[in-house]
Formats: sequence, C-alpha cells, structure tokens
Amino acid sequence: MATGIRDKVAILGMGCSKFGERWDCEAEDLIVEAYEEALADAGIETKQIEAAWFATAIEEQHVGKSGVPLAVALRLPYIPVTRVENYCASGSEAFRGATYAVASGACDIALALGCEKLKDTGYGGLPQRSRGALNSMYWANVSAPGSFAQLAAAYRAKNGVAAQDLKRAMAHISVKSHHNGSRNPKAHLRNQISMEQVLGAAMVAEPLGLFDCCGVSDGAACAIVTTPQIAKAMGKSDVISVKALQLAVSNGVEAQHNSWDGSYFATTRIAAKRAYAEAGINRPREELSLLEVHDCFSVTELVTMEDLHISPEGGAPREVMDGFYDADGKIPCQIDGGLKCFGHPIGASGLRMIYEIYLQMLGRAGARQRQEPPVRGLVHNLGGFPHQNVCSIAIIGAHGA
Amino acid sequence: MVAISAVGGYIPRLRLDRQAVVTANGWFNPALRAFGRSERAICNWDEDPITMAVDAARQCLGDRQRDDIAAVYFASTSAPFDDRQNAGIISEVLRLKNVATLDIGASMRAGTSALMAAAAMVGSGHRPVLVIAAERRRTAPASSLELTSGDGAAALLLSPQEGIARLIGQRSHAVDFLDHYRGHGREFDAVWEERWIRDEGYLKIVPGVVAELLSATGVAASEVAHLCLPCTLPRVPEMLADRLGVPRSQLRDNLFAGCGDTGASHPLVLLADALERAKPGERILVVGFGQGCDALLFEATEALLDARPTAIASALARGKRETNYQRYLAFNDLVPIEKGMRADVDKFTPLSTLYRKRDMLFGLVGGRCRICGTMQFPKSRICVSPNCNAVNSQDDQSFADFPAKVLSWSADYLTYTPDPPAHYGMVQFEPGGRLMADFTDVDVGKVDVGMPMRMVFRIKERDPQRGFVRYFWKAAPNAGSAASQA
Repeated sequence: MATGIRDKVAILGMGCSKFGERWDCEAEDLIVEAYEEALADAGIETKQIEAAWFATAIEEQHVGKSGVPLAVALRLPYIPVTRVENYCASGSEAFRGATYAVASGACDIALALGCEKLKDTGYGGLPQRSRGALNSMYWANVSAPGSFAQLAAAYRAKNGVAAQDLKRAMAHISVKSHHNGSRNPKAHLRNQISMEQVLGAAMVAEPLGLFDCCGVSDGAACAIVTTPQIAKAMGKSDVISVKALQLAVSNGVEAQHNSWDGSYFATTRIAAKRAYAEAGINRPREELSLLEVHDCFSVTELVTMEDLHISPEGGAPREVMDGFYDADGKIPCQIDGGLKCFGHPIGASGLRMIYEIYLQMLGRAGARQRQEPPVRGLVHNLGGFPHQNVCSIAIIGAHGA
Repeated sequence: MVAISAVGGYIPRLRLDRQAVVTANGWFNPALRAFGRSERAICNWDEDPITMAVDAARQCLGDRQRDDIAAVYFASTSAPFDDRQNAGIISEVLRLKNVATLDIGASMRAGTSALMAAAAMVGSGHRPVLVIAAERRRTAPASSLELTSGDGAAALLLSPQEGIARLIGQRSHAVDFLDHYRGHGREFDAVWEERWIRDEGYLKIVPGVVAELLSATGVAASEVAHLCLPCTLPRVPEMLADRLGVPRSQLRDNLFAGCGDTGASHPLVLLADALERAKPGERILVVGFGQGCDALLFEATEALLDARPTAIASALARGKRETNYQRYLAFNDLVPIEKGMRADVDKFTPLSTLYRKRDMLFGLVGGRCRICGTMQFPKSRICVSPNCNAVNSQDDQSFADFPAKVLSWSADYLTYTPDPPAHYGMVQFEPGGRLMADFTDVDVGKVDVGMPMRMVFRIKERDPQRGFVRYFWKAAPNAGSAASQA
C-alpha cells in the first residue's frame, strides 16, 4: 500500500535568481546565480549531489534540449541529469523527480533546477511556437491570455456574475500582487498599481487587460533535497519537508467531452483533493497558512481559489474583494508577488513558489515575511490551457507538522 | 433531359464601400468616380474561391444524399492552386467519394463553359454533376476593375431528371477577342478600351450566338423572361438587350449594387438569382462572355415553387459595410504592412499528415462511439467518455453540419491574425462533442456565451514561404438561427 511522500523528503537548501529582464545574462548565468545560493544554504559541495533534474519549457529559445546544459553550467561530476518539460509546470516536475529519487532511497541528495531565458524573443509575451504537426492544422489560433480569458466568459455565465464585478475582483488580485511584489527585491515587477490603472489598461484578450497578465521573465530557481534524517544530521534545526506532491493531467475530457463547463480547472480540483489526502489535511481553509498559485492571469488565480476547495463555488470574487487572500488576510496568496510580479520564467516558476514557502517557513522572507508563523504552504503550478493542462500541487511544511 | 435540380450561392459578408475606394484613389484617376456608388462584395481574409465554392455547394446540396453525384466541375480564374486540383479539394470537403473532378479556368466564360460541359456529361452519363464557380479576382488598386469586380460563388446541381429548371439548349462560339488578358505569372489584368469592347465585343459576338441558340430551340427573343448578362460596362446590357430583341424589362439586375461582377462565376450567380424569382414556364437566358460567348437557355418548372432557392437574396441581405479601404488592401496583400514577429512562425504543412488526416481536416470528421454514442472531435482510438473508454469503437461522424453554441470565448489582441482581434472559443455541438475553434465573420462586442454558430470551411493560415494554403473549419454566427446576432 502506497503511503505517499509526506515527511519522507526534506529541503536542504534553496536558491532563486532575481527574476526580470536580465538583458545581460545567459541562461547559464541565471542557473549559477540560483545554484550558488542553494548550495550555500544547503551547506554542501557539488560533489555531494548524486542526481539532478533540469526543467525548461521553451528550450529551443535558449539552452536547447537535454540535461547537458545544466551539467555543463554546474560542472556536475558525470551524475544522472534529466531534462523535464510539462508545460508551465515543468519546475514542479524537476522537484518531483529529485524528491522521488530521495524518497526511493536511490540517492541521498538530489538537485532540482528550473530555468528559462525568455527575453530573447524580440517581443512581449510568450514566444509563438509550433503545437505539433497535426495540432497546428486544427487548433484554434490560441494565445495563453486568449485561452485563459475564456474562464471568465464561462465563469460569468455559470455563476451569473456581472462582467464588471468579475473584472473588479480580477483587478483586486493584480493590485494585491503588485503590492506584495513591491516588497520583494527579487521580483520582476516592483511597482504598486491602482484599481483604476488595472481597469483602464489596454485589452490583451477580452476581458484580460495588460495588468491581468503576469510578467514574462528570465530567471532560475532550484532546490536541493535529502532525507529529514540527513538534514538533521547536517545540523538543520528547522527541517522543512514535503507533505504532498500531486500531478493531474488532462486526458481530453475537457477538450472533447461536454461534461466540463469551461469555468474551472478539472485537474486542479482532483490534484488538490489527492494532495490534501497525502498531506493529511482535512480542512484546507483552516490548515493552510500560505498559497502560491499559478496566477498566469488574474482570472486563473480567481477560479483556482475555488478549485483548491478554499473558497466556495461562486464565492471567490467576494472573498477576493474582502481581502481574504491579501498579505494580511486569512490565507495570503502570492505573498511574494506571484507570477504576476515575481515573474514567470517558465521552467523556474514551480521551484520559485516552493522557494517562497520555504523562506516564509524559516522566517527569511524579509519585508514581506508573514507575521503569523506559517505551518503549511501550498504550491499550485499549472501548465497548458484551461481545456487541456497539467496541474501540479505540492504542500510544504514544518517537518512533523 | 438535363435540369438544374438544386442551386446554391455565396456572396461574402464584407461589402467594400466603393466611395471609400474613390476617396482613396480619385485623386489619381478621377474616372473612378463613375463607379463610386453602392458596395462590392469582398472576401474576408480567410475566404477564397475554394471556401466560397464549398459554402455555395453546401447550400446547393443541403441534406440531399450525395452518393449519386458523378462529377464536380469547378470554374475560376482565381483559384488558389495552379497545380493541385481545386475541384479535388472541394470534393474532399464535401465528402464526395469516387467522383470525377475537373478545374475549368482561363476565361470569364469558365463558369458557363463548365455548365455546358457538365450538361453534356449528365446527358451521356445519366448521373448528376455538380458545377461550382467561384472568383476572387485580383485587381490593381485604382483600377476600374477594382470597383466593378466582386467576390462570390454559385453552385448548380445538374441532373438527368426533372428539376427546378430544364436546360432547353446551349451554344458557344470561341473568339480570341481580348477585352482583357492576364499573362502567365502576372498579378493583374491588362485591359483594352471600353468603347471597342462594347462595339466589337459584346454587341457583335453575343447576338450571333444567342440568335443561333434561339433559332435552334425555337424560342423567340421576346419569350425570354430573364436575361442574365454579366456585364458592368455602362449602358451595354440595355444596348445588348435591344440588339437581341429581348425587352429591357427582362434584363436581370447585374448585382453591381452589393456584389459586383464575380467574374467567371457571375453568369451562374445571376442564374441563381433569376431562379429565386422565376415563375414556372419562364425562360432564362444566361450569357457568358470572354474570348467568345456561351449562351444557355433554361425553362423554369413547377418544382421551383416547392424548392425556391434563396441563397443570393439572403447572402445579399447579410452584408457588412466596410469603409476602410486600407483593410481591403491588407486582406488582399495589395500593400505591405508590418505584421509583427508573431506572424513569422513557420507554417510548414507536412503533406503526408495532411493526406492521412484529410477526412478530419477537410470533412470535419470526428468519431461517434458505437458502444456509448458519445460524439467527439477529433476521432481517437479510445472513446473520450470517462464512463466508456471503449477501444476502437468509433465510427466516422462529420460535424460539419452540426449546429453549435458558444461555451466560452475571447477576443485576442495578442496572437497574430490578419484581422485582430482573433475571436475563438469552445463551441459545443448540439448532437454532442465540442471544439476549441477559431471564429470568423463575428463583430467585436457581439460574441457571447450561448450564441448559435455553424461550422464553415475557411483558410486557417497561409504559408507564404511555400505558397501553400492551409484550410480548416471555423465557427461563424448561425445566420439561420433566430437568436443570432450576426
């Protein structure tokens, strides 16, 4: 009988580069920047790492394929290095690979590193690329904002929400994340914004305006994981461990079968339930201290609050407006600024979210530190489109909690 | 016997305001002002002779069974492929299996000549032949052709038994009379003087052919109730009617207003239009002019009363005025514009994949599970229904004619499209199944959840590097539905 991942793996160290438009950097520079921080935090040397997982999603725009770019950048000593890609949830895949390796006993110390160098495309937003030979012949001409924007249309229709009310709740999410991001020195976007700015911004994909969309950034983040026993033996007093790691992948039902109404993420609902069970959480609204979710767009964050079974169905707009998810609210969401402001270097994002929960647990989050000490944090890392996606959920907490 | 058993027509929704063209170009060519009235039909960026032909043919065939059709003849001087049979593409889209196909072009007579050749084939083969003509003529900016031309298509099903109009006779004379020509590889037509075209062309070549036809069929000119003369030269139709002995009152409107001269398809468009008004027993004379003349004489039958075609009238009624001449130029690649780097993605089409998936891509064929009945697009080896998941259980099911509704949508200003914003969304088919589809022929601010849609065959993308056109299906507002906002 499988017992899950809970408390089997500890985070020994983490690192994260500054995210943003790193015009002067190659992917290699970002990788080393994140890695140096993690290595110092873990208090180990490179030769102690026994296996590594490397996440990139749009590798053809920077490092190219395979695990080689990571091995070369870090001069890893001929260890196994695997490159993973799973849409925008690639960073979580790298973390899952390293965590499972340690949990299996195959190795004592493993590395997960995600990196994306996105600002060499010549334009804003994610690069335009092929969807595969046959897909390119029949898929609609979707962009990321245009596919996620459809959540709003379906959500309004399903819940009878007026367009302007939903737009205001979405705007509150962006204002909140900019407020949080302004206190994060590594964040890509550090400016505070007003509701009026959000509501008056240029339209990107109806009803998503410029400020409903996250930043597209360069950056890298990484985690070094080991067993809780080794972490303690190495002198770590506050051991942070993995409570749950779940992944749910669309199988075509949302895209092809009329049972899905278009207003929510089927994957998130399933992955969240499995993650709560794995972590032993019965009442997520009471037991979670922090949320880091995949706020690629404001509306994604909004519906995710319901899909994580925290806000009641149809209740997210009101709870968002009430400040439930603000930095000083009941469960802060995106206390670091989220994808919206910390930024979204795709392969790094899942690891960046874990990094934030980790810092908050250890009281190392600086000006944005949650005062009430967090016990458990949830990381929701999504990739793809609402109608066809991969959803990763990780729960991180104090070891034994 | 050869008779027309069904009719379809297509005039694109966009109508370019001719005055906008005159305003833009009149400084250079003041003579254009003579044509600066009403509107002409223009293709949307994703329409061409193939897509218009498909729409006209779908209307023509309706839900009639298609197994008995022997051949598809396609006439155009502006077909997208020089060497890839355009009629073959259309037949794949219409899911016509084992038909003979033929492209006919190189003259404004192509439409009528196709009809005549088809009539001969029906007469000898005793099986129906589908004739389609479609045109999107490329005309030089500031030319009079730009103002007089229109884009459009018509489709006629000729059958060996009684239909809505019986073919009484046909005649043709080839004459190498060049009112215009287009040399190989040339973008635009070279034209000659209008007065010569009138006096030596229309007024001399047409009467000879028509007189022969009337004499051979024993029909007096005065008995022609509908004279279809596709000619936009000023006063020439009236002069020609006089010369033929057909009362001017019997001249059919040449659809200059709202449509324009649809080239090789125009005689067929005018014939389709005439069939929307003709009374049983009335004679319809159709003329095709271009390096000679074709003439066909039809007689409307009683069957017309029960199967009255409406394609042209309803297409004319659903026009959307376009006053932005620059947009027309951009849609037709008549002016270089900065498309942005998102337009630069390679549009390479693997031809082997296209062939393997031609039912899916041309016929919009998905699957219907024979175990649980679930409809899905695309077809797959394992049924999508979570309660079924049967393996190899799917039969072919075309979704092309399924009515649909919008489940979710967006208007996207980021992605590259020749006509931003790109509208697309999830459409749900009424009998089951769904597709994340591009929308076309929609207006900003008019799309909403629940909007009724129909599937239309359109250009998905062009591959400028290789001269290839990639087609697929899109969702368009269902003009036939009461709740439509189109």
